[in-house]
Amino acid sequence: MRISEYFRLPKVSSKSYAVWQRNKDVFAKDIKLNFLPPFLEPLLYLVALGFGLGRFVESIDGVPYAKFIAPALISISVMYASFFECSYGSYVRMYYQKTFDAIIATPVTIEDVIAGELLWGATRSMVNATVMIPVIALFGLIDIRYALLIIPFAFLGGLLFGAIGMCFTAVTPNIMSINYPVLLFITPMFLFSGTFFPLNALPEPIQYFAIAFLPLTHIVNGIRLIGYGTLEPVILFDLAWIVVVCAVLLLLSINLMRKRLIV
Amino acid sequence: MPVIVARGLVKKYKDTLAVDNITFSIEEGEMFGFLGPNGAGKTTTMRMIQCVSPVTSGSLEIFGMDAMSHPREIKSHLGVVPQENNLDMDFTVYENLVVFSRYFDIPRDEAERRATELLEFVHLEDKKDTMTESLSGGMKRRLILARALINRPRMLILDEPTVGLDPQARHMIWDKLRALKKQGVTVVLTSHYLDEVEKLCDRLVVMDYGKILVEGSPSQVIREYVGSGIVEAEKDPELIRCLEMKEANYEVIGELVHVYTDNPKQIAEYLTMECSISKLSARPATLEDVFLKMTGRRLRE
Repeated sequence: MRISEYFRLPKVSSKSYAVWQRNKDVFAKDIKLNFLPPFLEPLLYLVALGFGLGRFVESIDGVPYAKFIAPALISISVMYASFFECSYGSYVRMYYQKTFDAIIATPVTIEDVIAGELLWGATRSMVNATVMIPVIALFGLIDIRYALLIIPFAFLGGLLFGAIGMCFTAVTPNIMSINYPVLLFITPMFLFSGTFFPLNALPEPIQYFAIAFLPLTHIVNGIRLIGYGTLEPVILFDLAWIVVVCAVLLLLSINLMRKRLIV
Repeated sequence: MPVIVARGLVKKYKDTLAVDNITFSIEEGEMFGFLGPNGAGKTTTMRMIQCVSPVTSGSLEIFGMDAMSHPREIKSHLGVVPQENNLDMDFTVYENLVVFSRYFDIPRDEAERRATELLEFVHLEDKKDTMTESLSGGMKRRLILARALINRPRMLILDEPTVGLDPQARHMIWDKLRALKKQGVTVVLTSHYLDEVEKLCDRLVVMDYGKILVEGSPSQVIREYVGSGIVEAEKDPELIRCLEMKEANYEVIGELVHVYTDNPKQIAEYLTMECSISKLSARPATLEDVFLKMTGRRLRE
């Protein structure tokens, strides 16, 4: 395949909705279990870090520590939800459950299947954010006026991390190897994207690296600005970065999966 | 009218030629079998017909449409029973059918009606709300057959439909296939069970190393390649001498000798009377004899 073929526009149809629906139906079967983590996790982190560790931390740029990390907790959940859905989740459906094989015997194409999976990953991120918002708002840690803006932002972030996960799914030789991107990419982002301490506490080159290459940096920054209720123009930069990288990776992930599955 | 026309069909993977320039056509309403040892190219051919594996060269027309340029239209008229069970284990029996119907854009109420009907057709109505994991092998196969029928296909493609099933379950699947054929559905299948193909198929091909070796109706193929009967005897120098003298068409297979003939009784009598061979048996030839004769007896991967 020539390089340009990895980025060509795939023929995706509305049939991807049926794939999205399939995943939604499976999710809905265990709805209580699926809603528990996004509800419980922020509570645990807020109590332990925000109110526990936070007592020893001076305010950051005039913001109490719990309020500083609250948007980061949403962002991390957005990252985890779609990344895991489109890496381990999609890999299991593709390789172990043969779900994709069954679906492409119908008028649904493999491009539709992958698009449906990516949309579902983004939906998971959005659902998580939506569940977390009222929990965090209850503690008065986000500006309720703008909080609803977090929902579409989480969907966009979900698409981005879903595409990243799907790219790894397309090239991983086996399910164990997905541990590498988790360890070398996702976990460092969890810690070094301005999540639990501001980015400017890091050496300058690392700050630039984080801004250039770590997607979570832009999600955290965006959700933090919305959460603080201080919508500054800089959010447009984050948004543009996410949109461009997301578009490129969506194309790449679908073409890579096509290459893996259509032989 | 043919529903499948393949001309000079070739499928090449990186460095192996899986299907090597085959030409065949399948008529509407026919039951057609692909036979061959493992690795002969049957499944690859099926996958090209299903429009999930691109054709390397040659032409493949299904329902008069090119397989490469009209996959969605073709697939909407196909029912597929794959070799490997790929039921959706996240759903119950009934949900499997309804979820699958959405991939064909079948409206909800129509899908529910068809699902109920099809579960009756394959006798799984009692298992409606069971998760597919807890079904027996035979039940899974039946559910896959029902799933393949949800779009009322014009053509059903089955890759080893009865593999691993007990005789009862196999007979039931056969029965269903005959019923579908009666309704005018074209049935294309691959199988390792030669009795199955002999009983069911109107026509068949035997493939090996990506090529078609034999083509015709089961009885035609048997007559043409091995004769109507076979005399089996233990290998013995006296026997071989007798057969050479008679200029019989025979084959030595390990410790056995097979004599291919249209008149097994006569050969058997000759061997008993003239050559005093006592341990022998005469039987009608089967597709298995053709298969082994044409593809050899060496074990395959």
